[in-house]
Amino acid sequence: MAEPILEVRNLVKHYPLTQGVLFKKQIGAVKAVDGISFELHKGETLGIVGESGCGKSTLAKVLMNLERATAGEVLFKGEDISKLSGAALKAVRRNIQMVFQDPYTSLNPRMTVGDIIGEPFEIHPEVAPKGDRRKAVQDLLDVVGLNPEYINRYPHQFSGGQRQRIGIARGLALKPEIIICDEPVSALDVSVQAQVINLLEQLQGEFDLSYMFIAHDLSIVRHISDRVGVMYLGKMVEIGSDEQIYEHATHPYTQALLSAVPVPDPTGREGRERIILSGDIPSPANPPSGCRFRTRCWKAEERCSTELPLLAVPSLEGPAAHESACHFAAEREVEQSAA
Amino acid sequence: MTTVTEKADSGERLAPGTPLLEVRDLHVEFVTRDGIAKAVNGVNYSVAAGETLAVLGESGSGKSVTAQTIMGILDMPPGRVTSGEILFRGQDMLKMSNEERRKIRGRKIAMIFQDALSSLNPVLSVGYQLGEMFRVHQGASRKEAKAKAIELMDRVRIPAAAQRVNDYPHQFSGGMRQRIMIAMALALEPDLIIADEPTTALDVTVQAQVMDLLAELQAEYNMGLILITHDLGVVADVADKIAVMYAGRIVETAPVHELYASPAHPYTKGLLRSIPRLDQKGQDLYAIKGLPPNLLKVPAGCAFNPRCDIATDLCRTEIPALHQVADKDGAELAGRRSACHLWKETLHG
Amino acid sequence: MPDLIEKTADVPAQGATEPKPEKPRSLGSDAWHDLRRRPIFVISALLILLLIVIAVAPSLFTSVDPRAGDLRNHFLTKPNYGHFFQPDWFGYDGQGRSIYARVLYGARASVVVGICVTLGTTILGGIIGMFAGYFGGWADAVLSRITDVFFGIPLLLGALVILNAFSTRTVWSVVFAMTALGWTQMARVMRGAVITVKQQDYVTAAKALGAGTGRIMLKHILPNALAPVIVVATIALGGYIALEATLSFLGIGLQDPTISWGIDINSAQKVIREAPFALFFPAGMLSITVLAFIMLGDAVRDALDPKLR
Repeated sequence: MAEPILEVRNLVKHYPLTQGVLFKKQIGAVKAVDGISFELHKGETLGIVGESGCGKSTLAKVLMNLERATAGEVLFKGEDISKLSGAALKAVRRNIQMVFQDPYTSLNPRMTVGDIIGEPFEIHPEVAPKGDRRKAVQDLLDVVGLNPEYINRYPHQFSGGQRQRIGIARGLALKPEIIICDEPVSALDVSVQAQVINLLEQLQGEFDLSYMFIAHDLSIVRHISDRVGVMYLGKMVEIGSDEQIYEHATHPYTQALLSAVPVPDPTGREGRERIILSGDIPSPANPPSGCRFRTRCWKAEERCSTELPLLAVPSLEGPAAHESACHFAAEREVEQSAA
Repeated sequence: MTTVTEKADSGERLAPGTPLLEVRDLHVEFVTRDGIAKAVNGVNYSVAAGETLAVLGESGSGKSVTAQTIMGILDMPPGRVTSGEILFRGQDMLKMSNEERRKIRGRKIAMIFQDALSSLNPVLSVGYQLGEMFRVHQGASRKEAKAKAIELMDRVRIPAAAQRVNDYPHQFSGGMRQRIMIAMALALEPDLIIADEPTTALDVTVQAQVMDLLAELQAEYNMGLILITHDLGVVADVADKIAVMYAGRIVETAPVHELYASPAHPYTKGLLRSIPRLDQKGQDLYAIKGLPPNLLKVPAGCAFNPRCDIATDLCRTEIPALHQVADKDGAELAGRRSACHLWKETLHG
Repeated sequence: MPDLIEKTADVPAQGATEPKPEKPRSLGSDAWHDLRRRPIFVISALLILLLIVIAVAPSLFTSVDPRAGDLRNHFLTKPNYGHFFQPDWFGYDGQGRSIYARVLYGARASVVVGICVTLGTTILGGIIGMFAGYFGGWADAVLSRITDVFFGIPLLLGALVILNAFSTRTVWSVVFAMTALGWTQMARVMRGAVITVKQQDYVTAAKALGAGTGRIMLKHILPNALAPVIVVATIALGGYIALEATLSFLGIGLQDPTISWGIDINSAQKVIREAPFALFFPAGMLSITVLAFIMLGDAVRDALDPKLR
């Protein structure tokens, strides 16, 4: 396997909950990301799945240095970037870029497409000399499959899928090595999603990009990812290759998540066995003790409420032997129909 | 547990299969400052008691506008119904007085919306809002109404209903709020429920709970259900039959198994093909080319023709009728229709 | 290498979401396009245009000196409605001056005060609101409290106090007093707009690219936060003109020999029984002017309101 380009070690992001106006007193914290470690390798796609409130979007913001990590390290090629500021941070930003979820709010409506895609060059003038910028922008439009003549148009003249292409072109401008995609297709029409997924895959090959692909659509994540991490309440509960996660999940939450996904095929739907979880996701401001998932887990025992299961490889055979944070990690008996 | 309440007027539940609602050749358009947007261009569909019809389509396909027109909650202006009939148990609702329609709304046909939070009044407790249905429609006292509200919350499996009846909407999670919406829709035991993207805003594990609940209650009350969605997975899970919409028209109708097994319209086929499959790992996904149409300028002929792989000159000039679909031997397939000139090629080719 | 990529989004689909080709329409030009078709906008804009022309060059419309009184012949002469554009069209005031000429020359003070105070409050309030909204936290707490303190001072009362400190009051002292007290509304509007805009993804995207505070404020936040400020400023402009007239009426605003509708209304009220026309024309002009700006503001709001797009 290629060397890791990004290493995340024990990353924590807590948002303090305060009381009082002038003299603020901390009365607790929302534990959005609570001790996450993983690696991203060169040229690979790491999918991150999880439901709302699991901390996947916060994770993206912390990796992008849009939010300061409360603790932990983010190593880009061995250098901790989570504590950088000023010029050093600006330099590092060239290497990690982001594609946003909502193409309607991620483009400034008062700027032309040329200005939007050209802005990275204005911020980092060393990337493209002034005279070449227009050409560079047109090349980028071409790369993402838009007509280079659209350079003077405004975002509202484009459809959702086209806007997402513009957002991707902006992300590519600085020739980053890593692109974090935060739900890049969930706001798009079904018939346009496949176009954007294909584009992202083509660009990955062309520019040797590493992706962190955050999404809730499990079938798309499976299609695009080499490895998949599953998050629940600020923790990574399971991580492994796409086959390990989708076919040999050992964490009960992953199993429930996979079984809950509606399968776009009505054959045999009556006989499909589904784990219906009871209850809701607890608040990240007040997570359960021990294992975060125990309040909804059918396997939970005394031990789960006292002892936090660590993300480790359980002593199982074959593809089930991948990192899973469960005291009772085991494959499900019934062969689940994968999404 | 007893059923929630005796029906105030008509009493008996309908037998399964009794036709409930039929939409005939409905046309709806919107007047915008850039011109007239034809949102619905001749939609036909029907649903019977105990049956689930899924209306599948992307944004702008007219699926929600059709539902809003059925409910009589379409904003007019800018919207206007230019022609068509909406028959509820044989009576055309478009010809009814406002008073008559109001009697049907809520009592006979209820609607569930995507965004439960904005559909509930934030300053009234959920118990009050649920009870309001009984006070207004059945003249129940405050105490009776509250008891019925608790009963309803029990029915949609909200834990500790008796304690939570006085809570306000923001105190419930998204999944619980959607249950409250379902409880509200069920309150007067309607014959038909229209659910507009009921689980789109919910997480998958919660979505599964809510869809299960909805299907179970539907079977119990023998209601008709129109499920409006863009999610091919949800449709495959619960629908009996499907109507696929594109640019304000029905492009294909079929029973659920047949639609997924052998689509008879290139748009449906394209949608199904673009779902990532295991064996496509590392390859390009099939993608329908081009963009969804602008309703101000729907392409001439078949609206899908610019995006279609097999479009011919006929497709560019003539709007296809909703053809009855037949198998290779020419035997008609029940409930299957396709608005494609080349449905034979699409189905068999 | 770009050839590897299919131009999937470029299929020249007839009727796909392509607006009129090769006409880049910014939101501003869209709004303009929309405004031109609104009768309220056209009427109010024409009125305001006319007012500005009168303010800049009143002598185009009359050759009479508005300060020259002829007590012998014209003291409180009734209007002669048939004499269009003649000195006696609107009659003569208590000092025998042509009311027509005075109404025309009075526009200048109103327009200058209105525009300058609006510019002043928008810039001052805009900057304060921008900083409070963008930086939040302590900066917001301090700036917002200062805004609240100023907001608590009644505009009229405060202006009376400030203007009393001037021995001779010119247009500029009135502008100063009104700006010093009137910026709070703009600061609040701007702060609210900035807080909304700064949460948008495109601001996050600019930060992710490494954009500095100045660039984010000027290129991303300001252009998108400006619309509500423009609307409020347009409506407020009419209010400022009315306030100037009020101050002058009370004798605490502009002073003779400056010509102001407020001063004329004040002197006319003493002879209201004998010569109601002396009150009617300056007051009428004032009302029309204020109304025109309020209508303009309404039309601009409708055009800029993103909810209607």
